[in-house]
Amino acid sequence: MTQYYGVERGTSRTRIILIITSCLVVALACGPALMSANILDHLIVLFIYIILAISWNALAGYGGLISVGQQAFFGIGAYAAIRLSYYGVPVYLALPLGGAAGAMAAGIASLFMLHLRGGEFAIGMWVLATLIQQLVSLDPLIQGSTGTSLLALNHFAPASRRADTYWLSLAVLLGLLGALFWLLRSRQGAAMQAIRDDEEAARSIGVAVAPTKRLAFVFAGLGAGMAGALWLAASITFQPGTYFGVQWTAYMIFMVLVGGIGTFEGPILGAILFFALETIFGATGVWYLIGLGAVSVGFALFAPRGIWGALEARFGWRLLPVGYRLVLGPGFARDKTASSIVQSDHHA
Amino acid sequence: MLVARALSKQFGSLTVIDRVDFRLADAEAVGIVGPNGAGKTTLLNLLSGAMQPSAGQISYRETDIKAQDAAARCRLGIGRSHQVPRPFIGMTVFENVLVAAQQGGQAQGADAYQRGVEALQACGMVEHANRRAETLGLLDRKRLELARALATKPDILLLDEIGGGLTDGEAEVLVRIIQRLRQGGIAIVWIEHIVHILVQVVDRLICMDAGRIIADGSPSAVLENQAVMSAYLGGGVV
Repeated sequence: MTQYYGVERGTSRTRIILIITSCLVVALACGPALMSANILDHLIVLFIYIILAISWNALAGYGGLISVGQQAFFGIGAYAAIRLSYYGVPVYLALPLGGAAGAMAAGIASLFMLHLRGGEFAIGMWVLATLIQQLVSLDPLIQGSTGTSLLALNHFAPASRRADTYWLSLAVLLGLLGALFWLLRSRQGAAMQAIRDDEEAARSIGVAVAPTKRLAFVFAGLGAGMAGALWLAASITFQPGTYFGVQWTAYMIFMVLVGGIGTFEGPILGAILFFALETIFGATGVWYLIGLGAVSVGFALFAPRGIWGALEARFGWRLLPVGYRLVLGPGFARDKTASSIVQSDHHA
Repeated sequence: MLVARALSKQFGSLTVIDRVDFRLADAEAVGIVGPNGAGKTTLLNLLSGAMQPSAGQISYRETDIKAQDAAARCRLGIGRSHQVPRPFIGMTVFENVLVAAQQGGQAQGADAYQRGVEALQACGMVEHANRRAETLGLLDRKRLELARALATKPDILLLDEIGGGLTDGEAEVLVRIIQRLRQGGIAIVWIEHIVHILVQVVDRLICMDAGRIIADGSPSAVLENQAVMSAYLGGGVV
């Protein structure tokens, strides 16, 4: 059959970006051999921020599930890594497994949390995070609010530990970015976005709503869990009040809102911006936090699409597009009688 | 093809649908009229699976579908449009129909693209394919609603006041599209207050009042029915 149209899923610019990204990844992979300890430490933090941003964006920006309780999975990722290490699992295996525990916890939580809607879900997640924090604090290994440390990391020389943590963070970041890109370009990604825009309408066109929402929720749990485990690897110490603190979700919301909610590139940009702001103004204490809040509110009110969303709307920039663009050829019929397209025999 | 028996729906002590029997044959077009609050949209919601009945049975091609939700019924071949268009506003027009083709129509890859394009062609929306749905006006939103339902490859299309809020000229555009769908063999159940556009399409007309069917027959017979005139048409004003 002659085709008079095509469906575009990328542009020549996409290929250029992928080549540049590949070169950047190779350069970053050589980081421990080329960069100072201070720069490596900063990059580990940046990688973790990007992981947090893309995971919350997958949940809220693509799945339409606004949660203020993602710190639950951040904390679980770190706590599970400590527990696994205590049981004798090699520490650099315990860390990614701890992150995976965040996904498992999300899978279990999805069975009851996804029955909630809108504000109920958002606040319910916060309550869940607080509840999990209390339960973790009861573990004798954690020693209540005092916390503990991932002592197994002390067996490594500081330089070796830093390099391993750096590579692990980079690998997790690239893995999650790749998985998210693949997911969003799949039919499940389109279904997630349909649910985000209108759950009932999505159901009416055949979208299996519950499994699709669960997919977004588990992915976000995986990202937050991995970020928590990586933060533990970087800081070694674990205190429930810190890891289960709502500030982690506040950071995620800031990065996604400012960068561009519902865009693939925006949260990465937002994380870089947040990292820069924290590096420059973090020492100013409470005024820094007030500033972050004010900027978030400003973007929510006056630039809800965020920086990347505004650039995309203004200039049509789509560096790593996850959508579909219909391109019509010159011989394409704009109209067609419906009788040629309706058949009643395909439904099982 | 689609049969409902003794269908009832209650919200607390309020009975909205009261033991309704409904039958739709292959390729048949049925219009539903009635005053506000008669239970028309609730009946459509029960048929589409958006609501579960309090009592009664619903079968499709002799299979009980009462327990199936709207998504499962859509995948079986029961598509619907909503009274107020509900486009996926963060997606383009083409992505709206594509997700319908992929999910409800269970098409993959190039087949899904083809089905989405054909649905846009059928509804005259190809020119807007790459526009974000949030930028569409009312008529185009309604056409998109229709195209999206069509992309699921339905055997039955449930239309809820799709002509509402449109001018006569705009409504005629939709009538032409729906007439073409009928020619293609799709069965239609259409709730509409604009009776003169409804009767251009349907073979059969049902009038509801207070959750019950008070008349069922040819459009002309139903519109001349005394009970219909009294309950809905205000004593003969059409």
